[in-house]
Amino acid sequence: MKNLQLLNTKALEERSKIIRRYIIKMLTKAGSGHTGSSLSAVDLLVTLFYNKLRHNPQLPKWNERDRFILSKGHACPALYAILADMGYFDIDKLDTLRQFGSILQGLPCMKTTPGIEISGGSLGQGLSVGLGIALAAKLDKKDYRTYVMLGDGEIAEGQIWEAAMAASHYKMDNLCAVLDHNGLQIDGFVHEIMSSHPIPDKWRSFGWYVIEIDGHNHASILSGFDEAEKIRGQPTILVAKTVKGKGVSFMENQVDWHGKTPSKEESERALSELK
Amino acid sequence: MNETVATRQTYGDTLVELGEKIKEIVVLDADLSKSTMTVKFSKRYPERFFNMGIAEANMINTAAGLATCGKIPFVSSFSIFTTGRAWEQIRNTICYSALNVKIVATHSGISVGSDGASHQCIEDLALMRAIPGMTVVEPCDAVETRKSILAAVDYKGPMYIRLGRVAVPTITQKEDPYTLGKANVLRTGNDAAIVACGALVANSLIAADTLLMEGIRVAVINMHTVKPIDQELVVSVAKQTHALVTAEQHVLDGGLGSAVASVITRAYPVPIEMIGIDNRFGQSGDPDILFREYHLMPEDIVLAVKRVIGRKRK
Repeated sequence: MKNLQLLNTKALEERSKIIRRYIIKMLTKAGSGHTGSSLSAVDLLVTLFYNKLRHNPQLPKWNERDRFILSKGHACPALYAILADMGYFDIDKLDTLRQFGSILQGLPCMKTTPGIEISGGSLGQGLSVGLGIALAAKLDKKDYRTYVMLGDGEIAEGQIWEAAMAASHYKMDNLCAVLDHNGLQIDGFVHEIMSSHPIPDKWRSFGWYVIEIDGHNHASILSGFDEAEKIRGQPTILVAKTVKGKGVSFMENQVDWHGKTPSKEESERALSELK
Repeated sequence: MNETVATRQTYGDTLVELGEKIKEIVVLDADLSKSTMTVKFSKRYPERFFNMGIAEANMINTAAGLATCGKIPFVSSFSIFTTGRAWEQIRNTICYSALNVKIVATHSGISVGSDGASHQCIEDLALMRAIPGMTVVEPCDAVETRKSILAAVDYKGPMYIRLGRVAVPTITQKEDPYTLGKANVLRTGNDAAIVACGALVANSLIAADTLLMEGIRVAVINMHTVKPIDQELVVSVAKQTHALVTAEQHVLDGGLGSAVASVITRAYPVPIEMIGIDNRFGQSGDPDILFREYHLMPEDIVLAVKRVIGRKRK
């Protein structure tokens, strides 16, 4: 159902800015959540949802849809903002993030939020779920694709590599991972906490096709997704270089902004930068 | 002597039987298919069988993904590696999302025998019971195992089915009713009631026969569904007998005994004695010898019944 209008690069940039504004506003209101982690993923998610995914916000459970799993579930404010912006649910719901009774739980919940494929938030599990969905697609001879976003701190989880091995073993060319490689995790720089270097070589040695992209350049992201779609016989990962806190100068590359939310004053400064 | 059959054999046969007409069934194993007997399904329906290698966490979540697409995944390995190693995957991805995944684990309990403590899972009932929304089942024989697999397919939601390694006597009949959450009364009696699951049901029946020769009449309840437990029946036998014994091949903490006690202490307190493993690991040895060492024999149940009758309020 490709009736969603595709956006050009300029429009994708504009849309990303709008999504970032939603993220700042909702996290300021919520008073807790992961600002930096959400902001680094925005351009990747906007490009995927607006220009790549085959989906229908009016029919979230449409059988033929492409699937997206946010394995780094703490970045869900970015996903919620996009889902709301695309019409999966009312935009006003963003104001209820993390509140009692909200459809928007602190970490993704498939039972409360339209458009969420699997409940999650515990790191390391999403790629395996994506593998299961990709296997089901092959069994059913369906052509939908499955995308899984991973964090670069997250790939220290051993289960990621169990899934990586299995996806390559089963030649899951309908599975595409996207690594939000922002270089920071809660306790500090990834290379200081638990180095995952060299990331592309690791994935290649596990049998994956690796595409390195600039995770804030919409043209680069789009061409990465296009290339991934053409690969046969093996899964693909886009290793996307990103900046934590991207778009707000005082949040960029600051480890403290991983899991912190802006004060009212910081929020206003952030929004003024996102005009 | 009744016929003895390993419940895992029946599991493998039942999967093959059901796989014929229910195309949504897929089976995942972690390099133990020849032990869990999912190998039978793999030979018959290779395209619907996925050997995930020795990687249980990934296997559990792969099953979750398959379930979101309408498949009915049966996931098998030994109890310790499914419920133990992959507990958090079962909790956070399968149960939190209420996915239709059936975890059928073999080699539970000390009756695993010679492998010893590392492979003898005696905590799985507690681990699985603790998760909201999980259904926990332990069949007592081959006949009931087949029924539990059929029930698992009919039931929509996560389920844990606990099977053993060794052959166990067939003590139930094809015609006996089987409803999840509804325990079966195998013997009636007013002096005490034994509530048992799995391999301890057979031993409870032997104990009941021994007691009968001494003029003590005990009810024997086959609590095949450990969660949700049949509260109504537990309370009703407590009211009738005023003395309960629970029996399971599991640690005393968090298993069937705990579940029964939790019901009874709140609804109708009566004395309870518990047969189970008391804060110990298993060890290598013949299952029969281990059952003696860990006090899971019919004579242990007989003594427990006498103790609990002695504790009844006069």
